[in-house]
Amino acid sequence: MGDSTPDPAAPLVEAVGLRRSFGHRVALAGVDVSLRGGECLALFGPNGAGKTTLLRVLAGLLTPTAGMARVAGTALPGGPAVRALTGLISHQSMLYPALTALENVEFAARLFGVDRARDAARAALDRLGVGDRADAPVRALSRGLAQRVAIARAVVHGPRVLLADEPFTGLDAAGATALTRTLEGLVRQGAALVVVTHNIGEGLALATHAAVMQGGRFTRMEAAAGLEPVTYAERYRELVGAA
Amino acid sequence: MPPDLVRAALLIARKDLAIEFRTRSAFFSAVVFSLLSVAIFYFTWDPTAIASIDLAPGVLWVTFTFSGLLGLHRSFAVEAAERAFDGLLGSPVQREAIFLGKALANLVFVLAVQAVSIPAVALLYNVGGGTAWVAVAAIACLAAVGLVAVGTLFSGMAANTRLAELLLPLLALPFFVPVVIPAAQATAALLAGRPLADAIGWMKLLAAFDLVFLVACTWIFPYTLEE
Repeated sequence: MGDSTPDPAAPLVEAVGLRRSFGHRVALAGVDVSLRGGECLALFGPNGAGKTTLLRVLAGLLTPTAGMARVAGTALPGGPAVRALTGLISHQSMLYPALTALENVEFAARLFGVDRARDAARAALDRLGVGDRADAPVRALSRGLAQRVAIARAVVHGPRVLLADEPFTGLDAAGATALTRTLEGLVRQGAALVVVTHNIGEGLALATHAAVMQGGRFTRMEAAAGLEPVTYAERYRELVGAA
Repeated sequence: MPPDLVRAALLIARKDLAIEFRTRSAFFSAVVFSLLSVAIFYFTWDPTAIASIDLAPGVLWVTFTFSGLLGLHRSFAVEAAERAFDGLLGSPVQREAIFLGKALANLVFVLAVQAVSIPAVALLYNVGGGTAWVAVAAIACLAAVGLVAVGTLFSGMAANTRLAELLLPLLALPFFVPVVIPAAQATAALLAGRPLADAIGWMKLLAAFDLVFLVACTWIFPYTLEE
């Protein structure tokens, strides 16, 4: 439960030999990664590769079994100060169906201590193109609209580290464009992003780095500049198929 | 600047109460359950065998205990559906604030259910005077703090298990006993028309259990969250 002041000069996301087990099952078997502000890692991998576990460790929701993970220089799981820097988009929406879209995002904004939380929540919903449904209960929204609200919830406080687990799932073309624009905006502002996706084209379009994860470790990691999606997809299939 | 402990707890409590106010499912379930319990005890009671003064305190505390469990289960069930609890854990609020916020919302819930069931018992069993029932309401408030502290802790622990609805009573009921015994004894003394001084000792014991449970459960809660 400890906490310390984040180090501004440190990489925003850093892991060395990061391991996490659940009983005898090894989910992370030694992950090494370093991301600075303005960098985005697109993370690909088959189901069960450990991608979600990695995001949950980096979000401070799981304690590493061994190795080291840091966000802004603070060892994880860290405390309130480091969690204040992080945003998480999960498989599940993390929303309350009985509350409206605005109430959900405003609640998150207040938890993160955002000034003028209601205005910030409205602005986040507008950016994601769901401002006109702000007063609708989340249970009345389609899967795609709820996903947009979930994204607004994750970015309302302007995180310096955004961890996104398949954020494009359920989004239509307009939603995907709004999400891409939001993520690009965060990168421009100096945030570090880790985006888990099965869509290689969408992932590479955002990324400065691309990695493939299998069996709880990175089996391939490279700069994304110059990577061509079709060629990369073929290499990915060869790599994963050979596993 | 993230909210401090008290403000974060109030935010979380307000959110939980807003959800309950919108759905009202747990409140109506608990009220109907408590009224049915009081009525069933009443219709199975043989007044020639047991005096109402001997039965009423037991009916009251059995009803409180079990109807309270309905609300306590709901407390973390609302967080489970879309893994909203991850949103709370990933926010920069202290884990203790999450516990206190949940406990505060549960306290309001339990007190609201008690506000319905105390008059129902008073009406059906026709024991004690108005002053005695005011004192009983104060005992109920005191006991609610202890029940809610323990119940909120175990509700959080049971929430991520497949048998949460079964596990919560199994875990919580043994720890309810130290709260229910002094509460029932103080209630019995007051409804029998004995002076307040006869109940004060039990009420002090109840307050001591409240304090111990509230502090201990707030301290333990963060350690129960790791998967």
